[in-house]
Amino acid sequence: MFLLAELPFDTATLATQLRCEHAGAFVSFEGWVRNHNDGRTVVALEYEAYSALALREGRRILDEALARYEIAAARCVHRTGRLVVAEPAVWVGVSAPHRDAAFAACRYIIDEVKLRVPIWKKEFYADGESEWVNCAHCARHDGHALS
Amino acid sequence: MNAAEEREVLVLYFALLREQAGRTRETVVTRAATARELYDELSASRGLALGRAYCRVAVNDEFVSWDAPLRAGDTVAFIPPVAGG
Repeated sequence: MFLLAELPFDTATLATQLRCEHAGAFVSFEGWVRNHNDGRTVVALEYEAYSALALREGRRILDEALARYEIAAARCVHRTGRLVVAEPAVWVGVSAPHRDAAFAACRYIIDEVKLRVPIWKKEFYADGESEWVNCAHCARHDGHALS
Repeated sequence: MNAAEEREVLVLYFALLREQAGRTRETVVTRAATARELYDELSASRGLALGRAYCRVAVNDEFVSWDAPLRAGDTVAFIPPVAGG
């Protein structure tokens, strides 16, 4: 199950929901808001999502993980809205009979989410500036500057 | 279908494109036959400064290629470089 959350999520509840009798392993990943990026001091982030497609693509990624790895269940929750430093932004949890598959599937899920899901991150810096991550060097070829 | 026909589509803007376009969405009447043509058209009229090569496009909430044909009533979303997780 892939979910977007406008409010802080409860990781204990998320983990409990993955518990099952034939799973001997549980692996989770949390992405937290870091206070620095590319040498700049980050004070806050804003996440924006294209919800309809993010949910579809996120669910596809989880289905892929279930097909590729011998796991029992997997979930991912991603925040939207404004987050402060050290706040959890994303949670991935996987339960499986054995830990190798749980670790591998968890890694797969977070890597694919970062690559494919239409969620965007705006960083706010200590100097008052802000920037959309991954967009700084993406100007049109005719030389128009980014605003 | 005559490729030069006008068709009405809904365009969704997100993140940096939303800021550049100055809106989250708009209904446009366009002669653009593909998503690529629509992006080029709106780049000019809305002053979008993000290179198409860096973006993806979705039609009706599914990723499509830039060559995907547009149909009246489609919802087109331009996807700037993502940064989730």
